Amino acid sequence: MTAEAPVVEVDDLRVDVVEQGVDIVDEVCFQIGRGEVLGLVGESGSGKSTVGLALMGHTRRGARIVGGRILVDRREILKLPANEIRALRGRTVSYVPQDPASALNPAIRIGAQLEETLSAHNYGASRDERRERLDEMLDEVLLPRDEGFLARYPHQLSGGQQQRVGLAMAFACRPSVIVLDEPTTGLDVTTQAHVLDTVRDLCGVHHVAALYVSHDLAVVASLASRVAVMYAGRVVEQGPREALYHAAAHPYARRLIEAIPEMSGRHALVGIPGAAPRPGHRSSGCFFAPRCTYAVERCTQEFPPVERVGDRHEVRCYRKDDVLAEAKHGRKPAEQLGVLGPGDGLVSAQRVTASYGDREVLHDVSLAVKPQECLALVGESGSGKTTLARCISGLHREFTGDIELRGERLAPGARARGLKTRQEIQYVFQSPYSSLNPRRTVGQIVGQPLKLFFDLRRREVDARVAAMLDRVALGPTVVDRYPDQLSGGERQRVAIARALVCKPSLLICDEVTSALDVSVQAAIVQLLHALQLDMGLTMLFVTHNLPLVRSIAHRIVVMSDGRIVEFGPADRVLDAPQAEYTRKLLEAIPELEPARAGDGAPPAGG
Amino acid sequence: MTTVAAPGPAVPLPKQRRPWVVLLAAAWRQGRTKIGLALVLLLVGCALIGPLFAPYSPTEFVGPPFEKPSADSPLGTDNLGRDVLSRFLWGGRSILALAVLSTVLGVALGVAVGLVAAYARNALDDVLMRAMDVILAFPQIVLALVAVATVGPKLWLLVLVVGITTAPRVARVVRGAALEVVERDFVHAAEGIGVPRTKILFGEVLPNVTSPLVVETSLRLTFSIALISALSFLGFGLQPPAADWGLMINENRLGLEIQPWGVVMPVIAIGLLTIGTSLVGDGFSRASIGIERGRAE
Repeated sequence: MTAEAPVVEVDDLRVDVVEQGVDIVDEVCFQIGRGEVLGLVGESGSGKSTVGLALMGHTRRGARIVGGRILVDRREILKLPANEIRALRGRTVSYVPQDPASALNPAIRIGAQLEETLSAHNYGASRDERRERLDEMLDEVLLPRDEGFLARYPHQLSGGQQQRVGLAMAFACRPSVIVLDEPTTGLDVTTQAHVLDTVRDLCGVHHVAALYVSHDLAVVASLASRVAVMYAGRVVEQGPREALYHAAAHPYARRLIEAIPEMSGRHALVGIPGAAPRPGHRSSGCFFAPRCTYAVERCTQEFPPVERVGDRHEVRCYRKDDVLAEAKHGRKPAEQLGVLGPGDGLVSAQRVTASYGDREVLHDVSLAVKPQECLALVGESGSGKTTLARCISGLHREFTGDIELRGERLAPGARARGLKTRQEIQYVFQSPYSSLNPRRTVGQIVGQPLKLFFDLRRREVDARVAAMLDRVALGPTVVDRYPDQLSGGERQRVAIARALVCKPSLLICDEVTSALDVSVQAAIVQLLHALQLDMGLTMLFVTHNLPLVRSIAHRIVVMSDGRIVEFGPADRVLDAPQAEYTRKLLEAIPELEPARAGDGAPPAGG
Repeated sequence: MTTVAAPGPAVPLPKQRRPWVVLLAAAWRQGRTKIGLALVLLLVGCALIGPLFAPYSPTEFVGPPFEKPSADSPLGTDNLGRDVLSRFLWGGRSILALAVLSTVLGVALGVAVGLVAAYARNALDDVLMRAMDVILAFPQIVLALVAVATVGPKLWLLVLVVGITTAPRVARVVRGAALEVVERDFVHAAEGIGVPRTKILFGEVLPNVTSPLVVETSLRLTFSIALISALSFLGFGLQPPAADWGLMINENRLGLEIQPWGVVMPVIAIGLLTIGTSLVGDGFSRASIGIERGRAE
């Protein structure tokens, strides 16, 4: 770094939940120089968004900044009077929120909202000057500058366009600091890639100091020059991107990187057991100690101090030397996929055309799932992949064409099907927050299908439920718990247990990991993989996440706009894609691998 | 600071409580719930065990009409010379019984209609809810008067007509709350494995709308008490010489200036009872909002 003072200096920041007086984040220190992008990485609940908001002197309702200093352009913003902080927001420090659809006012035209940003901050001397800046902004974020576009309302824009409008607003007043809070999380990979390109260009051109908050390490790798990793409200490690990805000194950072599915599929996906503690439930000592394989007595006594391990590379771990000493490429190689069973089609769909009302969303789709195979159904949102899965499972009735189980044609709709069929095809839903009845205990939830499909005594039901919960690595204590008290990963395990307790022939997994954190995602995929090997399950794995597919699928079906565009063995589709669409999809995926991450990063320093 | 190195959660998870216990406990923490419950218990106690303490029979003549309070009859006598205190103590049972029965009937009907309508999401939804709207278009008391005027003052008829006119109000609340629940994936999951429809409605959906339902039930009970009292005042409830709070008000209103107790006591009783039930309802409503807010954070 140059001798130039950093634009942003955060020192010992602490944000509390006011009512309980427990900290959401504490002891957070970092600096961002001019033109530098700092990636702030963490899983949900780690406090990364709280830190992002704090840079604007703001907190969510019920929280308050209770300690520390935040210097922006050498001004201590926490001591400024309220009106000066308001003037600072948007003008000096601006913010790009996660969900542009809810950040834009649905009742005001795009043009008016963009102009408002400028006039609210008295940017420019006249209307004409603002008009000129507006056109400039639109060019910068690659949006059309014609009147027709400006007259549109937010809902008439695509998700990517909405986020570009958000970016334009953030860069409008030429701020010196910009906070980007997961700006690409809700977007499809191809759209995400385009928006990321724009963000990278803007940060580079304007030389702003940017804080990029994200749970996605791969995205951060493609953008940030420095990365800080947060866990349970503390920055546990921060340093230059290369150092962090190749020589992480904190066990959590290491495990987090190992949990990211990689395109090459060389290494096994390894999840982190357990869940991050919530504010107020954090242990004494290092918060990661209960989940850490390196933990020793000392780790449970006091939180480790910040120590330097390299140039601007700091870590908070007592065992950093041991972690660093471990071989850099000591990762487990990828596991073998299961062997396929005999026969050629357990479940097949032939010429299936499905619609919602008048809108046809699947056009003449055919596929077959072989016994004991994991078939991945991949596509972006709106590709029809979930609709196809729902047709097969009997959750969607409006379709024509044949769906067969062992050559026998299935009626549309679960209710029209026999008991045996309903038991043989089981479905795991995307969001475990919605798929478990909050008013039933885990025992009741998992026991329900057992009572329906098998004529069992109560004791036998309890025994099978307990055995299944054990199988999905949940302790016996969860039986009497309600879903509210479980973490996302635990809930998804319950949902998987509910499906597997039926002894299905086909398990349909619909985006089962997309609502979960990376470390939990990896653990769930590991679990599904192990269960598939042990139980000889046939799986239809629906996902938008291509790298994830590599570690679990035998064959891949790529869908786009309700049609199958490519179909083949996993390695062939991922390594040598034939279809134009698949190639585009693969190119758009941000990667941790050095070859890709090396280029395109903004120049470090000012 | 502890020195335990054992893995696992360092802070024990809070004890798991059933959702309805959580709601009850949260409602109990509201001061208004306690006051409301005290009022309700006082008057219910009065109506249930009061007759045991009545000095006379409710139909016994103990003195001249509209006599002021004396040692023999602490609240004086009514229009026919019967003891006001005895008639007051006997007169609560009918109102309470009728109000509770009609509310139970109304809530049961309303829950069934509301759940089916929300789950059906098709023509059946429209048919059911428009039928409810027709009932809603008339004031409750008008429908009750028409029914009683046609059939005659029968107690079962009062319960039936108050119950049926209560149902649409409950149905709308239940349908509104259930509309969001039927879209959740756990309902689809139950459909997928073929759980019977009635089991989905009452086993999966109903437990998720209990909070608004409890609030609405106590509100409906308040209205039923007022309505039953009014009908009784008009002479369509219990028939003389039986003792009944509504009836007492009517019988004694002519002597209001000379001997007010025959009117004042039942008026206070009905007033406090309705205030009590609505305070309890309010307590539950605030409690459930508090729980929702806590969950959102």
